[in-house]
Amino acid sequence: MKNILVCVKQVPDTTEVKLDPKTGTLIRDGVPSIINPDDKAGIEIALQLKEKTGAKVTVLSMGPMQADIAMREALAMGCDEAVLLSGREFAGSDTWATSSAIAAAIKNLPYDLIIAGRQAIDGDTAQVGPQIAEHLNIPHISYVADANVEGDTLVVKRDFEDRYHMIEAKTPLLLTALGETTEPRYMSVGGIYDAYREKEVKVWSYEDVKDNVDPANLGLKGSPTRVKKSFTKPVKAAGVLHEDVSADEAVDLIISKLQEKYII
Amino acid sequence: MSKNVYVYAEQRDGVFQKVAYELIGKAKELAQDLDQKVVAVALGDKITHAAKELFSYGADQVIVVDHPTLLEYLTEPFTKAMYAVIKAKDPEIVLYGATAIGRDLAPRVSARVHTGLTADCTKLEIDAETKGLMMTRPAFGGNIMATIICPDYRPQMATVRPGVMKALEKDASQTGEVEVFDAGLSENDVNLKIREVVKETKKVADITEAKVLVSGGRGIGGAEGFAALKELADELGGEISSSRACVDAGWIIRDHQVGQTGKTVRPDAYIACGISGAIQHAAGMEDSELIIAINKNNTAPIFDIADVGIVGDVDVIVPKLTEALKKIKG
Repeated sequence: MKNILVCVKQVPDTTEVKLDPKTGTLIRDGVPSIINPDDKAGIEIALQLKEKTGAKVTVLSMGPMQADIAMREALAMGCDEAVLLSGREFAGSDTWATSSAIAAAIKNLPYDLIIAGRQAIDGDTAQVGPQIAEHLNIPHISYVADANVEGDTLVVKRDFEDRYHMIEAKTPLLLTALGETTEPRYMSVGGIYDAYREKEVKVWSYEDVKDNVDPANLGLKGSPTRVKKSFTKPVKAAGVLHEDVSADEAVDLIISKLQEKYII
Repeated sequence: MSKNVYVYAEQRDGVFQKVAYELIGKAKELAQDLDQKVVAVALGDKITHAAKELFSYGADQVIVVDHPTLLEYLTEPFTKAMYAVIKAKDPEIVLYGATAIGRDLAPRVSARVHTGLTADCTKLEIDAETKGLMMTRPAFGGNIMATIICPDYRPQMATVRPGVMKALEKDASQTGEVEVFDAGLSENDVNLKIREVVKETKKVADITEAKVLVSGGRGIGGAEGFAALKELADELGGEISSSRACVDAGWIIRDHQVGQTGKTVRPDAYIACGISGAIQHAAGMEDSELIIAINKNNTAPIFDIADVGIVGDVDVIVPKLTEALKKIKG
């Protein structure tokens, strides 16, 4: 295995997003941008495979220029090269158009193995990884908890809720990584220095990938799905809050409610 | 012209998953609005006989691809089979369970068919004017809801969270002929090798099936806090579940986790103990019939969605409640 590509997305840390209680709108100000957690696990799996095989690890992202900082973080963790695909042609993409664009960029790069995160915390779709693999016409294994090399074979642990499969695969192959089973490493001090002083983030525009994709498949116009509307959830009518009750009174209150609803 | 509402009827070891019946129940409503039929599609090895069961849960037609390459789930043979069915039958809508299988299969199929796919839907309805499918899902970590449409491509496809839709009552009198469909599968479609299938031996109750859930959050103080919750759950004939915080802290395994990144539940009663009720947690349980919350902090967001909120100490109230229930039972 010579070349590993890791697909990452810079996302707002959705656990830090709050709702404005008056307007019911999202407060995005001050919400930190991070490398999507599952993608970061993907970087870690790639770096571990690099340590075993000497493969070169290239990190690839599509997004606005602000994603440069996420790319630098990936470089500082130990990735060798970074490519950021950026441009207004890609704006408004759904998962189908996003995967078309990323697959077009990948066609310019050498790869044996591609690793993506299972899903991004802002969209939670888990669709882009498998769709990239389909556009590239290579197999994929999603929900990957662990991956190892045995000779020229990859042995992958694939999670299925009530079971797991140990799967043997040859490259080329795409994996999507589970964040909860892999703890990503921290950036090293030397790595941070290299990421900003020695390494570069290559920025690719539409011009760099146009030979690999039909422009009709990109951006908003290339997206089969549309957001018709978005809204905050209707607030459920509040129940009764009992603030000054003893433990025994609380128990009586709960039991009478359980009886009222025929739970007991 | 594309027609009918299709459901991918997920099976494991020849047993159809609950979510398959839930999707058929929902598909029935959508098909009625469109004046079309519900078609269940089952993929597997030697499942044609078992697939008859899908009629009794509301399917008007059942299509089976029965082939040895479909014994265990593998992306390529399943994608090829589903793609062949879609190309031959031209469905209006295809629904999948948002499980580890459905969320692998559906995106691959959508890319091959070139159509849209909306993930993890919690609400599906037909637009009265356009007759298009309106797919509503939580986004941004559950902070907002988005309604997605797929106006120009068919089929319209969605994955749907297990536990969200309601299955119809089984009606054994409903039956029909299963259509066996040849998808042209061969051993060459097996492009990965399953070395080993390890079924989790740990017996974990499925929290989405429980009538009563006693759920613990950070406020129960540690792994040992679940022991008291388990006693209460046993008295109520229920199960224990958890917020993400307890799973991340290693107090309980992930199978118990309720919420945006865990499971969606809607039991008859959900007793939240020491759970603050962040929006990501609420997303997984707010449709419970009855929500009782116990928390020391009177500003905990869980109280905004609780039917009965108790500001108090979980460590004191839970054991007293268990004792009181024991007395009632005699």
